Amino acid sequence: MTTFNSKIPEGVVAEKWDNYKNHQKLVNPANKRKLDIIVVGSGLAGGAAAASFGELGFNVKCFAYQDSPRRAHSIAAQGGINAAKNYTNDGDSIYRLFYDTVKGGDYRARESNVYRLAQVSNSIIDQCVAQGVPFARDYGGLLDNRSFGGAQVSRTFYAKGQTGQQLLLGAYSALSRQIGKGTVKMYNRTEMMDVVVIDGKCRGIVTRNMVTGEIDAHFGHAVVLATGGYGNVFFLSTNAMGSNGSAAWKAYKRGAYFANPCYVQIHPTCIPVHGEFQSKLTLMSESLRNDGRVWAPKRKEDAEAIRAGKLKPQDIPDEQRDFYLERRYPAFGNLVPRDVASRAAKERCDAGFGVESGEAVYLDFKYAIDRLGRNVVEARYGNLFQMYEKITDQNPYETPMMIYPAIHYTMGGLWVDYELQTTIPGLFAAGEANFSDHGANRLGASALMQGLADGYFVLPYTVQNYLADELHTPRMDEKSEPFEKAVAEVKNHINKLMSIKGSQSADTFHKKLGKVMWEHVGMARNKEGLQKAINELTQIKEEFWKDVKIPGSADDLNPELEKANRVADFIELGELMARDALAREESCGGHFRTEHRTEEGEALRHDDDFAYVGAWEYAGENQDPNMHKEDLKFEFCKLNQRNYK
Amino acid sequence: MSEQHKGLNLTLKVWRQKGPKEKGHFETYSLQNISPDSSFLEMMDVLNEQLVTEDKEPIAFDHDCREGICGMCSLYINGRAHGPDEDITTCQLHMRKFKDGETITVEPWRSAGFPVIKDLIVDRGAFDKIMAAGGFVSVNTGGIPDANAIPISKDKADEAMDAASCIGCGACVATCKNGSAMLFVSAKVSQLALLPQGKIEAARRAKAMVAKMDEVGFGNCTNTGACEVECPKGISIANIARLNREFLKAKIQD
Ligand SMILES: Cc1cc2nc3c(=O)[nH]c(=O)nc-3n(C[C@H](O)[C@H](O)[C@H](O)COP(=O)(O)OP(=O)(O)OC[C@H]3O[C@@H](n4cnc5c(N)ncnc54)[C@H](O)[C@@H]3O)c2cc1C
Ligand code: SF4
Ligand code: FES
Repeated sequence: MTTFNSKIPEGVVAEKWDNYKNHQKLVNPANKRKLDIIVVGSGLAGGAAAASFGELGFNVKCFAYQDSPRRAHSIAAQGGINAAKNYTNDGDSIYRLFYDTVKGGDYRARESNVYRLAQVSNSIIDQCVAQGVPFARDYGGLLDNRSFGGAQVSRTFYAKGQTGQQLLLGAYSALSRQIGKGTVKMYNRTEMMDVVVIDGKCRGIVTRNMVTGEIDAHFGHAVVLATGGYGNVFFLSTNAMGSNGSAAWKAYKRGAYFANPCYVQIHPTCIPVHGEFQSKLTLMSESLRNDGRVWAPKRKEDAEAIRAGKLKPQDIPDEQRDFYLERRYPAFGNLVPRDVASRAAKERCDAGFGVESGEAVYLDFKYAIDRLGRNVVEARYGNLFQMYEKITDQNPYETPMMIYPAIHYTMGGLWVDYELQTTIPGLFAAGEANFSDHGANRLGASALMQGLADGYFVLPYTVQNYLADELHTPRMDEKSEPFEKAVAEVKNHINKLMSIKGSQSADTFHKKLGKVMWEHVGMARNKEGLQKAINELTQIKEEFWKDVKIPGSADDLNPELEKANRVADFIELGELMARDALAREESCGGHFRTEHRTEEGEALRHDDDFAYVGAWEYAGENQDPNMHKEDLKFEFCKLNQRNYK
Repeated sequence: MSEQHKGLNLTLKVWRQKGPKEKGHFETYSLQNISPDSSFLEMMDVLNEQLVTEDKEPIAFDHDCREGICGMCSLYINGRAHGPDEDITTCQLHMRKFKDGETITVEPWRSAGFPVIKDLIVDRGAFDKIMAAGGFVSVNTGGIPDANAIPISKDKADEAMDAASCIGCGACVATCKNGSAMLFVSAKVSQLALLPQGKIEAARRAKAMVAKMDEVGFGNCTNTGACEVECPKGISIANIARLNREFLKAKIQD
């Protein structure tokens, strides 16, 4: 039977993690070699975990679908990583980082986990500097900080606009060192297809070699999934092309609960969609909102004229520009949190004031250039401006940038307890793949922090606590019956996909799915739309299994097969997201139900009924899943309505 | 719509190769009405969608982030690594760089160190092997002094950051007539040698990484400078000079 206990340690919140570590079980060095750990994913969470396990002396296998661990999508993070160092002496502390994260998450996260995250944040920065991560520095030679949305202090460490890249390369270096020493064996271009559960415990995984098509079983005394987020359910997102929800979804189907699937973050400043062949969306860093002013035309006829190419944004005088964020949120202005900024852009475009295709607003640097001079703006944002120009062929020094919100991050994920263990004993989840720390909305620069916290400083303790009881479990034969059975099931699944031989490509289905999700399970949701989405997804699923077309062979490198396999899972995951959104009859963070808003149109939470984590349990093919509730207690942060006015 | 936004009609000559041991060949395709605003890889998506419709096997190519940072994309387009634009990767190349009616030739990276796996996909595993030989600072997780314990001058930190921008794409190798991986190796060696944390093992690191580079089949550097020109991240050959200095130090210490 699965267990559903968050295992929060006793004591006041500041002492829980120490209490845990002081009393946990350990494995002695000689025994570590006898224990095998599987880590799926080589991003910040997986890469850091695999390296750390290797250093401790465990026997590690690490898997990634790219051709090198260095390419995990953590590489794409631009802005920065938070830590409570208070180097700037501006009043930051562990408690404040904890509080900001709980508040930013709209009071839907577990306090104990968030506190631990804030606690270990400082060690992350120390660790990265020791690895040679070239963080930005000031002229005195010390580390520089910048500010990010949702906080009143400067606590964000950064490496140019490439923070994720530098942190990941740090973790990759540490991982490479272990690979060289032989403590970690790396499996690139290898996709996890299923987890193997034997007598209620996770004992390994089944993989597909993406070059040869071979299906193999791997035994592990413990398995960590660090496979990233599932934003690609929407087809278009800022995620990588290969980012997927399949590993988490397979775990769900084997009994791991899936928590808060409906919590998705929409980033307000992405480059708008240019046409029907668009394959992904590019983020423009949140830091741009520090100096750019967001506006849409005040008059509908101006918006129409711009859309028709008859007017240019420069032709609109200031009086006819609607700086709607400054208008609606005078206190925070252009720096309101992501969810608020995104909804406000959608509101303007839905009302007919959008530009370009109708789904874009302006982010204008004219005012910053007038105030600071072009050089200062260039020094701050030059690389982003260049990136923008390469994509759009427009010069943002001369004409305002066009932006529109896009799917960016998934707060939901596999349910985990305080130890980051799922409801399947021996199966852990880390990084964006779990649901743990961000509640209903993640603050900027906190995902990198969480990934590295999980990988470097949490899992090495908690997995060890689990493994201490597994010392007497001998390595299992990967050719034994339960593994062979799991392999056979994966092969069947692939054969089933290959034998459909329908007429529509996997991408065709993915786009259909994305359209339904964006329309009904996107920035604004309501009961009717969600029910409609569930119906439409049921039809898409049926059609998929009758009509998907996968050319080539399963015993070969076959990107169409990879896509089809992921899309099949995305369709089901999309349905669970809609169900979760339907069940949550309130608005909170990234989840906005149009029925639940204040008179001014702001999100309205219902703490009495919904201060819980919705953890879904799979009930079988075409059965309604069951939702379990983990009640959230706020002992150390006071529940408050967020107010940015 | 202005004139320049008219769709492009193109001819593509694409390298097709079933597997590492098979013989490859060019295959010619024609494509109609490609938006100049779409990216090169979106154009490849359209072509692949067309092939799927025609019951043909789509062209395999590597890509992931599609924003110029993961280093996965790797096409040799009209005789240039990452195609006809400066300071970008293939996934950042846009179709507005091509003319209506143009013939575009697409090949994989070609180098002894990067064997073809299928079509346009090559095996760059040799880079990972070089990294495992020494591309790190030998510290374990935990027990680290405060991050501000050692100040580092801003200039040094910025210089290290520039070297650290390498995305491991392999364009330098594909461009080099000797198939040398010196630019890639020197970027990592430089980054770490510039920082006090990495300086301690700098010489040892340089020696180990160069030895591995030779072992896994890359050629020698003869300072042609071609790599620097095609590097999408502007990694400078000044790094190669720094690598050579560290390498010499290691030799002297031997
Ligand atoms: C464009 C962009 C900018 C961002 N900027 C910031 C920022 O400035 N600050 C911040 O804090 N956060 C930022 N984020 C969020 C943050 O980058 C991610 O949430 C975080 O890096 C995720 O790390 P991860 O280790 O959980 O997953 P990932 O880095 O996505 O790694 C997933 C790993 O799992 C592997 N994998 C996945 N599926 C399978 C499978 N089925 N089989 C085998 N392997 C598999 C992949 O190969 C990969 O190695 C940004 C995100 C994006 C997309
Ligand atoms: S040095 Fe430049 S060309 Fe070579 S791998 Fe690095 S980024 Fe690519
Ligand atoms: S696909 Fe990531 S760099 Fe091109």
